[in-house]
Amino acid sequence: MIRVENLHKKYGRNEVLKGLDLQINSGGILAVLGPNGSGKTTLIKCILGMVLPNKGDIHVLDMPVKNNWKYRSQINYLPQIADFPGNIRVKELFSMIKDLRQQTDRKEDLIALFGLQPFLNKKLSTLSGGTKQKVNIVLAFMFDSPLIILDEPTNGLDPAALISLKKLIREEKEKGSTILITSHIMQFVEEIAEEIIYLLEGKIYFEGSIASLKKSTGKSNFEHAIAAIATTSIDG
Amino acid sequence: MRQIIIIFLTCLFVSLSGLKAQSLVICDQCELKTIKEGIAVAQDHDTLLIRKGTYREFNILIDKPLTLLGVDSPVIDGQDKGEIFRIVSDSVTIDGLSIINVGTSYTSDYAAIRVVKSDHFAIRNVVLEKLFFGIYLERSNNGIVSNNKILGDAQDEYNSGNGIQLWYSKNVVVEGNIVQGVRDGIYLEFADNISISKNHSRDNLRYGLHFMFSNDDSYEDNIFENNGAGVAVMFSKRIKMERNIFRRNWGTASFGLLLKEINDAEILGNTFEKNTIGINVEGSNRINYLNNNFVENGWAVKIMGACYTNTFRNNNFIYNSFDISYNSKLNDNVFDQNYWSDYTGYDLDRDGIGDVPYRPVKLFSYIVNRSPETIVLLRSLFMDIIDFSEKVSPVFTPDKLADTRPLMKKKI
Amino acid sequence: MGKILKYSFYDLIRSRWSYIYFMFYLLLGFVLFFLNNDVSKAVITLMNIIIVLVPLIGTIFGVMYYYNSREFTELLLAQPIKRSSIFLGQYFGVASSLTLSLVLGLGIPFVLYGLFRSDAIFDFSLLLITGAFLTLIFTALSFNIALSNENKIKGFGYSVLLWLFMAVIYDGLFLITLILFEEYPLDTFSLVATMFNPIDLSRTLILLKLDISALLGYTGAIFKQFFGTNTGFVISILMLILWTILPIWRLVYKAKRKDF
Repeated sequence: MIRVENLHKKYGRNEVLKGLDLQINSGGILAVLGPNGSGKTTLIKCILGMVLPNKGDIHVLDMPVKNNWKYRSQINYLPQIADFPGNIRVKELFSMIKDLRQQTDRKEDLIALFGLQPFLNKKLSTLSGGTKQKVNIVLAFMFDSPLIILDEPTNGLDPAALISLKKLIREEKEKGSTILITSHIMQFVEEIAEEIIYLLEGKIYFEGSIASLKKSTGKSNFEHAIAAIATTSIDG
Repeated sequence: MRQIIIIFLTCLFVSLSGLKAQSLVICDQCELKTIKEGIAVAQDHDTLLIRKGTYREFNILIDKPLTLLGVDSPVIDGQDKGEIFRIVSDSVTIDGLSIINVGTSYTSDYAAIRVVKSDHFAIRNVVLEKLFFGIYLERSNNGIVSNNKILGDAQDEYNSGNGIQLWYSKNVVVEGNIVQGVRDGIYLEFADNISISKNHSRDNLRYGLHFMFSNDDSYEDNIFENNGAGVAVMFSKRIKMERNIFRRNWGTASFGLLLKEINDAEILGNTFEKNTIGINVEGSNRINYLNNNFVENGWAVKIMGACYTNTFRNNNFIYNSFDISYNSKLNDNVFDQNYWSDYTGYDLDRDGIGDVPYRPVKLFSYIVNRSPETIVLLRSLFMDIIDFSEKVSPVFTPDKLADTRPLMKKKI
Repeated sequence: MGKILKYSFYDLIRSRWSYIYFMFYLLLGFVLFFLNNDVSKAVITLMNIIIVLVPLIGTIFGVMYYYNSREFTELLLAQPIKRSSIFLGQYFGVASSLTLSLVLGLGIPFVLYGLFRSDAIFDFSLLLITGAFLTLIFTALSFNIALSNENKIKGFGYSVLLWLFMAVIYDGLFLITLILFEEYPLDTFSLVATMFNPIDLSRTLILLKLDISALLGYTGAIFKQFFGTNTGFVISILMLILWTILPIWRLVYKAKRKDF
């Protein structure tokens, strides 16, 4: 599904990714974890072609990412902070994205799921942060895509919406999609993710299932296990 | 109708001037077929009635007092061979003729009508076309040139002549003529006591009206329009200029009126509209500029070199890019009670006179005088800003150059 | 690109600021034409306003729009759309909505006043065309600045500086140069210097077509050649087009190489 080879990225003098290699196979839910500044978002943005690597290759669905944009029709992306042009109505935003992608969508179900009907005719600038995030989630799940990338999807969601989100993610997995998630809510990750990769200092420090993580760190609690790799890494 | 009155008056004049005078008729089928024949047989003070038709003649010498009267606009065609009429006798009148194809020469100034050392001439209602020089008065006094139409088609200055030229002539009236498409519309050299009025001089290559070394002349109620350079008054004294209109002399080196070495002139009630420079003044003294209108000129008045004792009073300066430009000291020139459209002062005591002085020389105008290329910054925000700051506190422009009593309302 | 342009444009023409901008011109137009009653006079006054205000508004709107839609741009970047399409679309959206405000705002009073009966129609159209060019140029310049500066405050500051430089400071330096080197022939220099500032260029272009060009030609043979014939007009228009194309080209170039 995704193949990353020897990926390097520098922002000025700050080297964020230092020769990262990664192979993600089709299907399943993968969480990308790591401390702040470890390069999670950079990695995701490299995959999306938003950040241009200094070195290395990325292939998505066997298509090179470089100088290419068509592969993005196979990806759904939920950005971390979502803000929209203020003067456009929610309804118009949905139809605009649909217009841009020219793919079949299922926004009706999603709007119902997150209870967005009352907001459809509201201008985006009048929405609260949580509602914006719901709009954002609808946009991310509107289309059927083999790859779904969610950057901090839980931001600002109320518990009901969070449950709906989890349900959605599972449904997508059932359909055989690959789902890439970053989150700092460990409870959410533990609940939803099958595999995790742990990034540290621009490289993959750990790759495997949650069970194997717990096993290798000797902690039964996921949160503690994550903290344990963080500390060992600092000590080492 | 007009024609009839003129004929009538001429007949009256002829009949009064001597019993011997008679009329000779010239036409195709007449006994007298050419003007030259007519002149040859005519007695002094006779009238030659030239009937409608085309007369292919040139170098016609009028050497006795005669009246040549065209009936129904006969055409004298010079076939580009030379001069048409040369008047060498006093009391000659030419009236109602149409003259075309005057010869062009680089060595002699061929004219349609040349008056040489003769007095009491009258040239009226003549139409000149395809000409070199038009009416050329040479050492001839006490005459009148009126209601003629001079329609040239001059292309270049070097091979074109002037419409009406006065050289060493005195006491001549030039009135109601239309002159266009020649080099200088009306040209005066050593011509004194000339009255030029109600003429319309336009589209001429060089000047609409041009004075050189001529004194005590006046020109009134004329219109000078779209001439190559405008009207030039040079090296002359005591010229009166009243109620003329100087309009659309737009060209890179044009002006409405050029004054060069002029003393004791009166410039009253004229209108200067849309000229590159309204009046360009060089080394001229004791001139009164009163009740003139300066409208939408590039420079309304541009003063160069030393000029003393000039007075600007009761003029209207309306929407000129620059009102006044000086490249020398103010000397004792006076600006008083003019109306300036750019004036932004106030009149608290409501006496019609602004309470703060108006400074007509903008800083920009001062700068352009120093380095002319800066004109490319015309109407830029930067210039507006520094002009404004200069207005508030003058640093560069002469402090005394101000109208201390600017009018609040246009002078009509 | 078309779709992005369409949405940016709709987004902007519904914004309050577009209305204020439009209403400003509408009011200005009405006041000028109906109080002044002299179309050619109004054209000159409008020129003074347009060459200063249009660049300012173009710059500020451009920067504001870019920074305000940054997150949305990121959303678009994840969509299957070419990068250049996104930025060009947004750019033309902003530029065209500003141009529309200008053209309609001034055009309506002019048409009502009786433009088509007036012989100032050419001058007026030239004014609007120049205004449109200035909008395109300064919006593009401000997008360039915004693209190169992540920091909103910095970008905003640079943009205002750019405007201030082009509208005022440049002419000041220009003037000082002309005065310092007044012994040398400066006509070619001053024409070239005019070409390097789009505001000066626009001002010259409009002056060229007004009667006032005779005033400019007064200075010398080169000026006469430039201002007195069509040469100046053609060169100025070409330079304006170049001034539009270069920042747009750099905008695309930068956008392709930027990380978001």
